[in-house]
Amino acid sequence: MFLWVIQRDLLLAMRQRADVLTTLFFFIIVVSLFPLGVGPEINMLRSMAPGVVWVAALLASMLSLERMFSSDYLDGTLEQMLLSPQPLSLLVLGKALAHWLVTGVPLVLIAPILGIQFNLSTDALLILAVSLLLGTPVLSLIGAIGAALTLGLRGGGVLVSLLVLPLYIPVLIFGAGAVEASSAGLVASAHLSLLGAFLLASLVLAPWAAAAALRISIE
Amino acid sequence: MAINWFKYSSPASFYSLAGKLTPLFSITAFILFVVGLYISFFVAPTDFQQSEAYRIIFIHVPVAWMSMFLYLIMAGWAAIGLAFNTRLSSMIATAIAPTGAMFTFLALWTGALWGKPMWGAWWVWDARLTSELILLFLYIGFMALQAAIDDPRRADKAGAILALVGVVNIPIIYFSVKWWNTLHQGATVSLTQSPKMATTMLTGMLIMSLACWMYSIALVLMRTRTIILERERHTVWVSELQGAA
Repeated sequence: MFLWVIQRDLLLAMRQRADVLTTLFFFIIVVSLFPLGVGPEINMLRSMAPGVVWVAALLASMLSLERMFSSDYLDGTLEQMLLSPQPLSLLVLGKALAHWLVTGVPLVLIAPILGIQFNLSTDALLILAVSLLLGTPVLSLIGAIGAALTLGLRGGGVLVSLLVLPLYIPVLIFGAGAVEASSAGLVASAHLSLLGAFLLASLVLAPWAAAAALRISIE
Repeated sequence: MAINWFKYSSPASFYSLAGKLTPLFSITAFILFVVGLYISFFVAPTDFQQSEAYRIIFIHVPVAWMSMFLYLIMAGWAAIGLAFNTRLSSMIATAIAPTGAMFTFLALWTGALWGKPMWGAWWVWDARLTSELILLFLYIGFMALQAAIDDPRRADKAGAILALVGVVNIPIIYFSVKWWNTLHQGATVSLTQSPKMATTMLTGMLIMSLACWMYSIALVLMRTRTIILERERHTVWVSELQGAA
């Protein structure tokens, strides 16, 4: 059932490839805007890069949150899933993972290339990819709570940003912090360990909270 | 004689109880504010390091405490409302949010006013300041979510989940000065040690916090009454109330 949800969501995403690419290009464009806005001074860009890439990743991941439940909600699939004997939190976990595979993984893969534009060192590029790899699933999991809470509300898209972005802040701090530490020549493992801890905690708690939120929204 | 406390979990009986208690808490709050402000401005001695500017703590520390306490209390009531499906608990949670947001804003504002002469900057990106700012965002998110949902019962429950998810932030704010080396100073007052400040200063601060408590209780009671009336406007007892008035 869990695998079935992931498979189904991935299939749906592949059928609408444009949606996936839009998120990815949004990420690339936002990151590329910063050098144009602040000027091409290389040292400044290098110190800004972790923050810029991470903020862009946050926004890109958030933009696609609405899709996580809304189409299933509109055609009634979600209601059937709620009625199924499988635990709802497992289904939510599956949907969040599918969301991460569709939006998070492309970001992780493309981020090092964008990092080169910002003249990051090889070590820093590696840490950037690892921090995104650990951090983006957290974004999808926390985002699932926001998406479930705002399901079917007017102005849901703007509202979800108000709910989810404050909760994203710790991930942003430690994700960008890891890359900054690495480009300053320090050890990034403390930041990465904390990101890993966030991931484990949100893996356990977020599907459960999102499932409760879904039940409230559908009821 | 056993008092049946559950009697007051009904909005109708709570409405009249809150009506009786509100003036009591308002008057106490007023008296405590006057006494507290008198002590803070005229009785408490001038600090040898910070001279007169330190006096902002008499308002800054109490409102910062309140901003955290109120969030915990709000989340607590919201959780009770979610678990036991009691309407009144959720209404109280909704009523607490604006007051909590105001205290959070005041804590940031007074902190900025103090920070300018002391640190030389209105704002620094320090762990405690940032997490207090996140707290403000959480309050705003809670209110925005509740405002966006038309069905009040769904709004209560959705808000409760958001409030509970946000509770994670409170220990982060509280311990941020211990965990990170930040610009913001550590706690001067604690339950386990004797305070590291002059007694009059401490008295002033404690009276001001009590005043803030009383003010919050009075305001929350008033707001809960309004919410009760708004939600129960179609019931018999509200129309009887109207007929009597």
